[in-house]
Amino acid sequence: MMPDLGKYAGDVFAAYGITFVLLGGLIALSLLKSAKVKKRLKSAEERRKTNG
Amino acid sequence: MASLWEWANPRKFMAWTDKALPVIAIAAAVLFLAGLIWGFFFTPDDYRQGATVKIFYIHVPSAMIAINAWLMMLIASLIWLIRRHHVSALAAKAAAPVGMIMTLIALASGAIWGKPMWGTYWEWDPRLTSFLILFLFYVGYLALWEAIEDPDTAADLTSVLCLVGSVFALLSRYAVNFWNQGLHQGASLSLDKAENVADVFWYPALVALAGFVLLFLALVLLRTRTEIRARRLHAIEMRERVQG
Repeated sequence: MMPDLGKYAGDVFAAYGITFVLLGGLIALSLLKSAKVKKRLKSAEERRKTNG
Repeated sequence: MASLWEWANPRKFMAWTDKALPVIAIAAAVLFLAGLIWGFFFTPDDYRQGATVKIFYIHVPSAMIAINAWLMMLIASLIWLIRRHHVSALAAKAAAPVGMIMTLIALASGAIWGKPMWGTYWEWDPRLTSFLILFLFYVGYLALWEAIEDPDTAADLTSVLCLVGSVFALLSRYAVNFWNQGLHQGASLSLDKAENVADVFWYPALVALAGFVLLFLALVLLRTRTEIRARRLHAIEMRERVQG
């Protein structure tokens, strides 16, 4: 199943590894920030309703 | 028929993206993985480049998104400057980190690919250099957003920076045509079939490219939604501060 990458295996895996780490990090940070802001906005809107 | 601007109204934008985002995200994941798995496992080595040709499936799509993300930011910035449409300014801001990461992936994968093919990780070649400058523009654009407290002033100044940076985004795309020198080859994916790589590499690359495009779209929509919420949160907190 795994293709024979020969002497270029290190280069190919490094390129794919960097891509997955960077994209994975970006997706994770975007989701975390989204959840954090959503939660803070919800509590601020509840506060606003309570205080008028 | 509803006006195009109506869809960019923050309330309406949040409503339609709430439904569209999961569909786009799933399609992005499927196409992204399908393109890369097809390219990595089921395509032959190139007769000249050997197995390094597998880097093609991440390098070319990321480079294309890196340039086109800036062009999308340019359009959004122009809409902000002309129409003062808040969602467009926030969409430009949301796209910048995605474009920056795509530029970094293109630079890193290109350097890794360059070592076995050209014998060097880096060369001050027109396309490589203009791509590095594009990356620095992304960093500067994001730093400018963070440095200015007033969101409208930040949107104005970053929009102007985006107009200036567009020159480098276009140079990154056409550098190999302008200067017929340097190590970097011409376009690998083109609408002109004669200019394309062989079909066996082209089809998986197109699937991977579609995955990258949808991933970009999903991330921009997600991040724009976050920016809209953050703006609303900022307004509520400012009101609370004024009221004591």
